[in-house]
Amino acid sequence: MLDKRMTPAEIVGQLQDGMTLGIGGWGPRRKPMALVREILRSDLKDLTVVAYGGADVGMLCAAGKVKKLVFAFVSLDAIPLEPWFRKAREAGQIEVLELDEGMFQWGLKAAAFGLPFLPTRVGLGTDLAELGGLKTVQSPYPDGEVLIAMPALKLDAALLHVNRSDWRGNVHLFGPDVYYDEWFARAAAKTYVSCEELVDRMEDHYPQDAQANIVERAFISGVTELPGGAHPSSMPPAYGWDMKAFKAYADAAKDPGDWAAVRDRFVGASEAEYLATFGGKEAVAALPLPIF
Amino acid sequence: MGDVTLAELCIFACSEAFRSNGEIVATGVGPVPRIAAGLAKLTHTPELMMTDGEAYLVEQPVPLGPRGYDDRKAAGYLPFSRFFDAAVWSGRRHAMVTPTQIDRFGQINLSQLGGTHKQPKTQMLGVRGFPGNTIYHPNSFFFPGHTARVFVGGEVDMVSGVGYNPAKRVAGGNYSAVDLRRIVTNLCVMDFGGPDHAIRVVSLHPGVSFAEVQEATGFELIDAVAGETPLPDAEALDIIARLDPHGVRASVIKDNPPARRTA
Repeated sequence: MLDKRMTPAEIVGQLQDGMTLGIGGWGPRRKPMALVREILRSDLKDLTVVAYGGADVGMLCAAGKVKKLVFAFVSLDAIPLEPWFRKAREAGQIEVLELDEGMFQWGLKAAAFGLPFLPTRVGLGTDLAELGGLKTVQSPYPDGEVLIAMPALKLDAALLHVNRSDWRGNVHLFGPDVYYDEWFARAAAKTYVSCEELVDRMEDHYPQDAQANIVERAFISGVTELPGGAHPSSMPPAYGWDMKAFKAYADAAKDPGDWAAVRDRFVGASEAEYLATFGGKEAVAALPLPIF
Repeated sequence: MGDVTLAELCIFACSEAFRSNGEIVATGVGPVPRIAAGLAKLTHTPELMMTDGEAYLVEQPVPLGPRGYDDRKAAGYLPFSRFFDAAVWSGRRHAMVTPTQIDRFGQINLSQLGGTHKQPKTQMLGVRGFPGNTIYHPNSFFFPGHTARVFVGGEVDMVSGVGYNPAKRVAGGNYSAVDLRRIVTNLCVMDFGGPDHAIRVVSLHPGVSFAEVQEATGFELIDAVAGETPLPDAEALDIIARLDPHGVRASVIKDNPPARRTA
């Protein structure tokens, strides 16, 4: 099917209990939050989530959707410790595979290339290998070096929020940093993207921006238009993060501390209702870009 | 110079860690290390490379705090999507960070405290990039509160960064790039220059005694004190003020004390 347009509910309908799900972005940046919210509105459960984590991970943990988490950090930057993730961890609620940030992308690349593992020095001399059951491998060349065999992080599906797409899945990613979004896509059997702007035929609209097509459409299985879909995370150049919303979300982990009591506020019955709570698409589009 | 603060003295001491490092990426995480890296670049080590804290390489260190989004003038580009290839795994970086714990081997922890890995008592950030940073490039540390809860006895609760602990080293691994350089705290400056990289105190901040430092440390330190940690000069203080126009440095050390203790 060359026309890859789907509704968010149809995308989530493609996912199954127990799947390994990669989520693009980095901490509070470029997160496909609208698709995550759609998961939170569904019955999906027992997920293995693979992410450079932010509120996506915090919310999925809080809602009890996560069986296992593969992570290097979970953080909201200005709120360094993601409170809902902490709660889940300190309750012993989730299994984890903790990795270094660089090993993590190495595992995505191994999956993308269909390799069982890629060797690395990273992890040696730390507790990661023992805690994560990571094995070593020895170089067959005269150096004989012993390395960690970083296993492929094969994803059943990946979710990304991108700046633009056409209905064939020709995506454009902008912003100062697109992190490892392209490798999530290549590591996944299926990748579903939400976008700020859906166009008909990319070549008719933005041929001058083709270099922003950092991952090829063969890796994109579904597309949906969700302007403001990264909120409350940042989506440069369209909008910055909503630190006020993050703060309210973080504070709610202490008071009332119960996800069921605040779920409606941070997820909403529909995406339109959610965005309306935060002033609508226009208010999201007006959020200033973060300064580091 | 009576009004020099302890935070400013620490910035000056931290900047020394980057002296003559060459064309590598100097990363200071947190206000004091970040100002220190900028100070190093603007004074003794102009060849240092650094980012704007996001994705662009800048030749003029960007000041802390609110400023115009486009104030940074990008000279180059180093997003996370290239960071491991170009800076970390090539060894072309020196990071100065503040872990939650450090032990006598220089092993550091940023991930969790107490409990088990399945159920930590306190979950923190996760190991972030520490395992890769510590096996591939030089690292230094800054601690605003020198206590035995930070400088722990025994080993850190979770080893997030490689140290010089022989028991942790898988045979046949390549540890040649493990290079822990300098530790700056609110009390003193230390290095890893003792036998088998043992931690030594090399200078004490004005009015601090070695005994006081030892008392605040959970393991035995080597006394290699060669004098008092120098105060920043007028040029350094001027640059520090420019790099931190909103005075964020005043909030780093409890009560923002002066560099020279008053009796």
